[in-house]
Amino acid sequence: MTDINAANSAPIIDLRTSKQHPARLADRLLPTITRACVAIGLLVLATLVVQVFVEGWPRLSLDVITKFPARKAEMAGARSAFFGTIWVIGFTAALCIPIGVGAAVYMEELADNNRWWNRLIEVNVQNLAAVPSIVYGILGLSFLVRGLGLGQTVIAGALTLTLMVLPTVIIASREAIKAVPSSLRQASIGLGATQLQTIGRVVLPAATPGIATGVILALSRAIGEAAPLILIGGLTYIKFSPTGPSSAFTVLPIQIFNWISRPQEEFRTLAAAAIVVLLGILLVLNSLAIWIRNHARRNA
Amino acid sequence: MSSITVPVAVPSSDLLRDVSSSSVFELRGVNVHYGTHLAVSDVSVDIAEHQITAFIGPSGCGKSTLLRCFNRTNDLIVGATVSGLVRYHGINLYGPDVDAIELRRRIGMVFQKPNPFPKSIFDNVAFGPRVTGMAKRDLNDWVEVCLRRAALWDEVKDKLKQSGLSLSGGQQQRLCIARAIAVRPDVILMDEPCSALDPIATARIEELMIELREEFTIVIVTHNMQQAARISNRTAFFGVDVSEVGVRRGVLIEEGATYDLFTKPRQTRTEEYITGRFG
Repeated sequence: MTDINAANSAPIIDLRTSKQHPARLADRLLPTITRACVAIGLLVLATLVVQVFVEGWPRLSLDVITKFPARKAEMAGARSAFFGTIWVIGFTAALCIPIGVGAAVYMEELADNNRWWNRLIEVNVQNLAAVPSIVYGILGLSFLVRGLGLGQTVIAGALTLTLMVLPTVIIASREAIKAVPSSLRQASIGLGATQLQTIGRVVLPAATPGIATGVILALSRAIGEAAPLILIGGLTYIKFSPTGPSSAFTVLPIQIFNWISRPQEEFRTLAAAAIVVLLGILLVLNSLAIWIRNHARRNA
Repeated sequence: MSSITVPVAVPSSDLLRDVSSSSVFELRGVNVHYGTHLAVSDVSVDIAEHQITAFIGPSGCGKSTLLRCFNRTNDLIVGATVSGLVRYHGINLYGPDVDAIELRRRIGMVFQKPNPFPKSIFDNVAFGPRVTGMAKRDLNDWVEVCLRRAALWDEVKDKLKQSGLSLSGGQQQRLCIARAIAVRPDVILMDEPCSALDPIATARIEELMIELREEFTIVIVTHNMQQAARISNRTAFFGVDVSEVGVRRGVLIEEGATYDLFTKPRQTRTEEYITGRFG
C-alpha cells in the first residue's frame, strides 16, 4: 500500500551511539581511569608490604618484641618501643575519645550555632586539624613537659598525641552525630526522655559506627607519629618497658627511625621487622574498628 | 437537604457519633509564632476525653504546629513561641511550674514517618519505661501487653530481638504506637500517622485507633478527609487566611462533631473543602 511506502520513506532515526562525541568517549574511559586510581593505591601498599616483609624476613620473629635494644644488632629487639607504643596509644585513646565525643556533643546538640563564638569554635577546630604534628610537639614540650612538669613521660606523650588528634576525633564525631536523623531525637523527647537520656540512649548509639571510624583513623595517625614525640623526649634507647604513666618511654616509629639511621645493614633489617610489627598493630586497630562498626550496625 | 450535593465522605458508623464528655485540653486564643511570623492565629477549641479528634485542612494551615503545643514539642523549635491559654486537665501547660518532660510522659506522640529507634523491637517498646524508671522484672510482661494492644504481638513475638527497622512500614508504625502507649499516656497525638503507608496498613492502624479510643484520648492530624470521616468523633477544620500583603496564617474555621461537620457544615469554606471544590 502507498501508506506503508510513505512510512518507509519517513525520516530515518539513528539511535546508534555517536561514538565521536567527546563526552561519550569519556564515559567509556571512566571505568578504566577509576580502576587505575584504585590500582595505584593498591600497588603502592602491596609494594610497601612486600618490601618490608622481604627486608625484615631474616629478623622476623618474636625476638623483635621480646628483646630490648642492644648495641649488637643480632641481640637487639624493640620490646621497649612495642610496649611504649601500646602504653602511649592506650592513654591517647582513653583521653581523646571522651573529650572528643564530649566536645562534639556540645557543638552538635547543645550549642546555638547562631552565636558567633560557637561558629568561631567550629572554624578553629577545623584549623587545628591542619596544624603540623611538630607544632603539637613544641606545645607538648613547653606546656606539658616543662610547664606542667610532667617530664619526658608516657602521659606527656599521650597528652601531646591527644591534643594532636582531638580535632580529627571531634570533626568525625560531629559528622556522625549530625547524621543521626532528628526524627529519632523527636521520638525520644516525645517519650519523656531527658536530653541526657536522648543523647546517651539514642544519639550516641546511632552515631557509634561513624565515631569509631573517626577515632581509629585518628589513632592510626597517632601511632605512626615520631616527630612530636622525639621533640618531647621519647628516648631512642631505653632498656626497660614503661611501667606506668610516669615512665620514660620510646615508641616504634622512633626506634625504627633510630635503627634506619645506623650504618650497619643488620639494624636496617631489624627496622624492617619493626615496621612489620607496627603494620600489625595498625591492622589490629583497623579490624577492631570494623568489628565495632559491624557490631553497632547489627544491633541497629 | 443541605446545599451539599456530593459529600466526599460521610461517616457511617453510629459508634463514631460524638458522645459529650469532659475536656482533656482547652485552648483559648492560642497563637503560635515562628520568629515574628504568626503561624497559627487565635485558636480556641476543646479536646474531648476518650474521643478521636481529627485536625483537617490544607497544607500550611498550622494543624501540625498546633498539635505540637499539646506536648510542648514546639519548645524545641528555635524561635517558636506559644501565647494564649493551653489547659490540660485544667492546668496551664505553659505555666511556670510545668515540667515539659513530665508532661511528655503523659502525652504520647506518633509521627508521620514511622521512626522506630535503630534498636530491637523489644528495646523500642521498653525505651519509654526504661527512661521513666520501670523495674527490670516488669519489663517483659509490659512490653508484651503494649505490643498486644498495638495489634503487633502475633507478628513479632518470635523476633523481639530483631531490629525494629526490619519490619514493614505499617508494622513499624504500630511499633511506634506500642512504644508511645508503653509510657501509659492519657493522650496520644498522631501527626499524619498513615500518610506514608499503603491502604491495607492504613486500615489496620485506623482499626487500632478506634480500639485505643477506649483507653486514650487521641488527636490526629490528617490530610485525608475520608480518614477523618471514618475514625474521628470530632473534627476541627483549619484554613489559611492570606492577608493583603500575602502573609499566610493558619486559623480554625470550624469545629464540631464529625458527622455534623461533614453533613451540614456551618461555614462555606468547610463545605468547599470537603466537597473538593477547594484545597
